[in-house]
Amino acid sequence: MLKDENRIFKNLYGDESCDLSSALKRGDWKDTNEIIAKGKAWIIEEIKKSELRGRGGAGFPTGMKWSFAPKDPYPNRPHYLIINADESEPGTCKDRDILRYEPQKLIEGSLISAYAIGAKVCYVYIRGEYVNEGKILQEAIDEAYKKNLIGKNASGTGWDFDMYIHFGAGAYICGEETALLESLEGNKGQPRLKPPFPALVGLYGCPTIVNNVETIAVVPSILKRGADWFASFGRPKNRGTKIFCISGNVVNPCNVEEEMSIPLRELIETHAGGVIGGWDNLQAVIPGGSSMPLLPKKVCDNILMDFDSLIEANSGMGTAGVVVIDKSQDIVSCISRISRFYKHESCGQCTPCREGSGWLWRMMERINRGESEIHEIDMLLDVTKQIEGHTICAFGEAAAWPIQGLLRHFREQMEEKCSNLANRKIA
Amino acid sequence: MIKVTVDNIEIEVEPGSTVLQACETAGKEIPRFCYHEKLSIAGNCRMCLVEIDKSAKPVASCAMPVSNGQVIKTNTDMVKKAREGVMEFLLINHPLDCPICDQGGECDLQDQAFNYGGGRSRYQLNKRSVNQKYMGPLIKTHMNRCIHCTRCVRFSEEVAGIAEIGTVNRGENMEITTFLEKTVESEMSGNVIDLCPVGALTSKPYSYEARPWELNKIETIDVMDAVGSNIRVDTKGWEVKRVLPRINDDINEEWISDKTRYACDGLLNNRIDTPYIKKNGKYHSVSWNEAIEFINQNSKNKKDFGGLIGQLVDLETGYAFKKLFNKLYNSQLVDFRQKDILFDTSDEFNFTFNTSINKIDQCDFILLIGCNPRLEATIVNYRIRKAVNSGCNVFSIGDPGDQNYYYKILGNNISLLDDLINNKISESKLLKEAKNPAIIVGESALTSDISSYVISSVKNLLKKINKLNGFNILHQFASNVGSLKLGLQSKNLKQVYNSDLLYLVNCDEVSINKNDDQFIIYQGSHGGENSTIADVVLPSSAYTEKNGSFVNLEGRVQKSYKSSYPPGFAKDDWEIFSIIADSNNINLGFKNFNELRKNMVSEYPSLGEYDKLPELNYTNLTFDNKEKKDFKIVLNQIDYYQTNIIARSSKTMHDCKKIKIANKKVSA
Repeated sequence: MLKDENRIFKNLYGDESCDLSSALKRGDWKDTNEIIAKGKAWIIEEIKKSELRGRGGAGFPTGMKWSFAPKDPYPNRPHYLIINADESEPGTCKDRDILRYEPQKLIEGSLISAYAIGAKVCYVYIRGEYVNEGKILQEAIDEAYKKNLIGKNASGTGWDFDMYIHFGAGAYICGEETALLESLEGNKGQPRLKPPFPALVGLYGCPTIVNNVETIAVVPSILKRGADWFASFGRPKNRGTKIFCISGNVVNPCNVEEEMSIPLRELIETHAGGVIGGWDNLQAVIPGGSSMPLLPKKVCDNILMDFDSLIEANSGMGTAGVVVIDKSQDIVSCISRISRFYKHESCGQCTPCREGSGWLWRMMERINRGESEIHEIDMLLDVTKQIEGHTICAFGEAAAWPIQGLLRHFREQMEEKCSNLANRKIA
Repeated sequence: MIKVTVDNIEIEVEPGSTVLQACETAGKEIPRFCYHEKLSIAGNCRMCLVEIDKSAKPVASCAMPVSNGQVIKTNTDMVKKAREGVMEFLLINHPLDCPICDQGGECDLQDQAFNYGGGRSRYQLNKRSVNQKYMGPLIKTHMNRCIHCTRCVRFSEEVAGIAEIGTVNRGENMEITTFLEKTVESEMSGNVIDLCPVGALTSKPYSYEARPWELNKIETIDVMDAVGSNIRVDTKGWEVKRVLPRINDDINEEWISDKTRYACDGLLNNRIDTPYIKKNGKYHSVSWNEAIEFINQNSKNKKDFGGLIGQLVDLETGYAFKKLFNKLYNSQLVDFRQKDILFDTSDEFNFTFNTSINKIDQCDFILLIGCNPRLEATIVNYRIRKAVNSGCNVFSIGDPGDQNYYYKILGNNISLLDDLINNKISESKLLKEAKNPAIIVGESALTSDISSYVISSVKNLLKKINKLNGFNILHQFASNVGSLKLGLQSKNLKQVYNSDLLYLVNCDEVSINKNDDQFIIYQGSHGGENSTIADVVLPSSAYTEKNGSFVNLEGRVQKSYKSSYPPGFAKDDWEIFSIIADSNNINLGFKNFNELRKNMVSEYPSLGEYDKLPELNYTNLTFDNKEKKDFKIVLNQIDYYQTNIIARSSKTMHDCKKIKIANKKVSA
């Protein structure tokens, strides 16, 4: 269990005020100009050394991402830093708490990150539903401007830095970085084709780095306490601390900052009060937000919560939104509901996802209601395979994986529902 | 050059090309729906997936740039499965109405389902249904069939320059629609029908008219404006069912204007099918012999003879008409101008579009003088828009109204030309610095009182910066440049109008004040104003019903071909002239069309050089300084859908006009 002194987010539960004075007491904005004085190369190198991986879901090494930004900006092609606060993954609510309880961490991280990639402007693309969080962040930004922590010659570093908030309109897909850029430009939120990647051609065609709120918010602490400190947690390539969002059938659903690679069982039992009805009542866990394949109890028993170990178990770390499902739930019905979400949120741009996500949901519903024949289960698997990997963005995978996970581990339940129909027909 | 391997074939391709282009170079066909050479890349249909080594997933070849040493595979199991999967997805919500779909037989989805589909259907649920969208009188929609390739959306934004077609909603509820379901107000809107790979957007006038395999297809030239767009005319029996564009990158690329495409139903209505003579104020249908005899009798006692040819007339007709007048009536009074304009005929350079259409894209400075390219030459305007998108500055003298791109009006006084020459306005500097400037002079600035001033000042202006090839005249009518080349601009236009015997050939834009003792012969394909004042009306064939050749505004000679035949007793124009000559025992020097063309080419060799741009030659050019003129240009009002007799006879064009007026009232 992570010691309190090692927690980055000291005010994750809003016990203290979120305003600037109490943030300063917690150590925010301490020596920011000294960190920046060490130079871009040092900052990027330090982040690389800390093995920080993006906290938005894909887990791309942050230091490497930053190093893709061109070293010498052209005057007519400014660099941009975008903070992805469009947190819409079901089961995930970590960014929300950072925005409302620790906004100064985010602002400080933005300044340092922007400096590292050569950006003078930062946009925070915030989920439209986060109205209050947006207001709090705006107040925090205003306070920081007043104290000249950001703005012209931000924190006395000689670097000019401006920060703006943009509210999204509630589309899940706008959390995908290129769809976010389209939306920010005022277009319909639809992912762009890659390559070119945003690091070279992003917002308004200029080099752009898009990072998750949590990724940016941990940057100041890493630089202040040292990359080695951060890298002392977790397993190789899965370093640092991470906010886990535990929800579902647990006694005490919560957000908690923990060490990476913590065993799942320990995570749930220490922080969330355990599964309702005890560990043996566990049916499955979705370890990384709704788009990740679920894990059955026998896998959950020993699994470590980090990127690589979850990939090994045919799932993924995602946003670390741990959804616990106990035996009282109808697992087929749960996944069917997730399918409906993905059907509703598909942007409709490319064929497999547009046509396939609705088809998947309808098939799931039929199976759930017991209207399907058994062979339709194979067809369902086949259709998920036809979507996966054939789409412009990762949404195709997000729609396909929960169902694939269900088929992998709970096929019997599905077959049982289908065979009920056969019984009814004979009768 | 970049080396790539496609299915074990090693090829070299240009840097910056896409994997799809590389595959095509290697001779591998890649199925696609959303990809189109002339539009931006969307990559959304996912039909063009191929396998690339070192990539775990199949890759959309239309959007992937080639890189050195890439190994591309188009025939693996992974590719086959991907294509079948995408095709299945496209078909699950596509209705099975192919038997009654106008796209049937020329449908990309049909063909590709045949070639790349899985050949079976597993989908048992209900298909999605989408409401029909209203897109105006030209485009018929069946949105159930839409596969959301967004070609139409990209076309309207990128080519037509109107952001009126777009997508709404998301996921499987995504729909293509027009802004507030209004008519698409573009002169190029019909092209979305060709672009649509399925039958979602089809031609309203052509709906349920014919199946594509029953049509007779002839490749020919359009005459609705002076651009000379390359078209294909599809006929069933004698009816022209539709007009489609042909690819010619030098002129119209792949697009044609709506008038070109839809005025063809005018060829069926309002036709003159037999000769008429006027007796006691009434027209009587007569035989050809009687009509010719009537003409001969009435021409005996006339003193001066004038001939006027209209805007849809081909070169051969103009030439034969000139011969008829020279030899039979001993008259040189043959003209083609139906309004008060004057061209400088001292050199071909002075009346052609010298920049050439396909180089407009590269212009960085364009000055419009008294022209409205959007309505006068839609295809030219699209090219200007393309130039604007790559950074060209457009200015105008005279206010032509909305052109679908930003331009600055310098004023409407023609004396601004002097200010430009004398560096009195800031735009002079831009012009001086321009690498490829173009000055486009329209017919509104060529009225007889200012024409010589405008032409000489523009030439002086361009000579000063040594960019003479930027001198352009924008003609409105298909027969203009040809007639000028044939020397059909007479010295005195009034005299032609007032001559005792006035012979009008397809001449419908001019209004004649007929004297009591004036004898007027009207020869044409359609009945119009001028056929009602004529003493004799002779039926002739329209542009799709005869062979001929036309010179477009660049001076490019193109052959047009007979695709249908004229109704009733109508004959080709040159035939009528030779019948009249024969009845007077005059030999015009030709007995058939080939002889006519041969004679014409031997007299005017440049008219035999087909599909070539005239070579620019400045040696014979003269330059003079005209006195500064103070004259305000007022642009000719153009009723776009009614500019010629065929368009005026077309129901579709009338509908378009009505809608346009109605929309104006709503927005006003």
